[in-house]
Amino acid sequence: MTQINKSAKQLLAPIVSNKRVGQYHQIIINIGDVAATCKPGNFVAISVGGDSSRMVLRRAFAISRVSTSTTVGGTMELIVAPHGQGSKWLCAQGEGVVLDLVAPLGTAFGIPTEPVPVLLVGGGYGSAPLFGLAELLNSRGCRVDMLLGASTGSKIYAPMEGKRAVNSMRIYTEDGSMGVAGRVTDPIAEIIKDLNVAVIYSCGPMPMLAAITTIADQFDVVHQCAVEESMACGVGICMTCVLPVENEDGSISNLRSCIDGPVMDGSMVQWSKVGQQL
Amino acid sequence: MTALDFSTTIGNAWFPAPTFTASGCASSGRELAQFFPLREMGGVVTKSVMSKMRPGRPTPRMAETPSGMLNSIGLQGPGIDAFLAKDVPYLVEQKARIIVSIAGETVEEYSTLARKLRSVSGISAIEVNISCPNVENRGLVFACDPEASRRVIDGVRRTIGGELPIIAKLSPDVTDLVSIAKGVVDAGADGLALINTVLGMVINVDTMRPHLGGKTGGLSGPAIRPIAVRAVYQVHAALPQIPILGMGGIASGKDALEMILAGASGVSIGTASFGNPTAIMSIQNELKQLLTDRGFTSLKQAVGFAHRPNEGE
Repeated sequence: MTQINKSAKQLLAPIVSNKRVGQYHQIIINIGDVAATCKPGNFVAISVGGDSSRMVLRRAFAISRVSTSTTVGGTMELIVAPHGQGSKWLCAQGEGVVLDLVAPLGTAFGIPTEPVPVLLVGGGYGSAPLFGLAELLNSRGCRVDMLLGASTGSKIYAPMEGKRAVNSMRIYTEDGSMGVAGRVTDPIAEIIKDLNVAVIYSCGPMPMLAAITTIADQFDVVHQCAVEESMACGVGICMTCVLPVENEDGSISNLRSCIDGPVMDGSMVQWSKVGQQL
Repeated sequence: MTALDFSTTIGNAWFPAPTFTASGCASSGRELAQFFPLREMGGVVTKSVMSKMRPGRPTPRMAETPSGMLNSIGLQGPGIDAFLAKDVPYLVEQKARIIVSIAGETVEEYSTLARKLRSVSGISAIEVNISCPNVENRGLVFACDPEASRRVIDGVRRTIGGELPIIAKLSPDVTDLVSIAKGVVDAGADGLALINTVLGMVINVDTMRPHLGGKTGGLSGPAIRPIAVRAVYQVHAALPQIPILGMGGIASGKDALEMILAGASGVSIGTASFGNPTAIMSIQNELKQLLTDRGFTSLKQAVGFAHRPNEGE
């Protein structure tokens, strides 16, 4: 069992900007020196609703990227879909609103020591943290190819500047409204063979992560996935966000996705046992 | 102005502050230590530990509800041996005061756990959790049955001897809480922890089935605070000499003061820590200020102050 992210800090941080990008909001927050300690894969837990809110729990959001050198200092970017009450509240907050947040939390994507070919796969707005990751991998000399998928085109998050760090970006939608009609997992086996992919990085819904694990296992490719499980605290004390994960001795434990994740080794997660009694 | 005596006692255990974590809401303390030194609060009440490793219930384990949440963890934990080997030494090293919470499936399991704790140094008290709602069999909720509650506490008391204070954690989901409280005190409990979560359910209107993997869950947070205040008030009225650790939706110093005025000698903070990892520190500071503002020179003067007769009576 690992420990809480040693860099995690609670701070009051002002929103620098909040822009609507299609179905999502791009929210930039000034987090000062904390930006330097955030790594791709980490997440932030934000208090929502204000003092008189009936929402008592923090909301967890993947940090899509950080910048340590903007004119206002260190910032983090979040890509938020206004789905639930908490995310709707956050998306409605404007520039200057001060947020109570805890960051960075959770594990980060592991970066290969050698410049190897890697494949990044994102589902829906789960793709957001892959762009910061792509920049980092690209700077280390890795060949980065990206696949993005969603049920429909309006749910694809693919910023223009995101293409800079990738060798190729292919989009799949189930209804064919953008890119190729089909599932994002359809071309993975072929890409692994063609490009000799060494590591797959993924973010998105659980069935997608499970399907990628099956393919990655088949080709013996490392699969680092960022999981999403509902959390009450984000800091490891509530035990609600657990996933069944195989231990080194072959036994299976319910591990906290906020502490032992969100980035986990896909082949160790027991996808078929999620939601089952161990 | 005289300084405020903020200390409290439960049995023979002394704590410099009346603020504690609530069991199951701080794991074993390590995570909160990232945000403040654990020794700065009254004490850590550890997550209820059982004899063996326990995986807990399937997900989803959580549903947020208006001003609260349902949890359905099911006592996931490492088992007493791993807990004593790893978690207690860590807390001792942090100079935290420790209340170890134990849970069992049988009267004998509680006694076995008590035996393992008897010789462990650095523990201030034992919380005997006889009221976790997240078990498969409602018959296992000892705190719903006066006789079963009494037997568990009696077994722990006999095993542990007279040294360590025993705190019995009770459920509000009973018809006559006072009679259960009296029973466990007769059986040897030095203090009471009131209240555990309230049994509840959320049905997902999309799947049209219970949302939680365990179907039912324990409701916590400000939504249950008036229930907790009532429970503490009733039990304190009946047993004014018995220290009570009051809990249930405390999220501010004002909430903590309310619980103390009702009769609690200390307060535990649970769900508020999920929303804010430094909640316990803020509550502690606010409570100190509120007590001072009202002219109290010690916490003990405020305990049960809401029970005083009306002026002129």
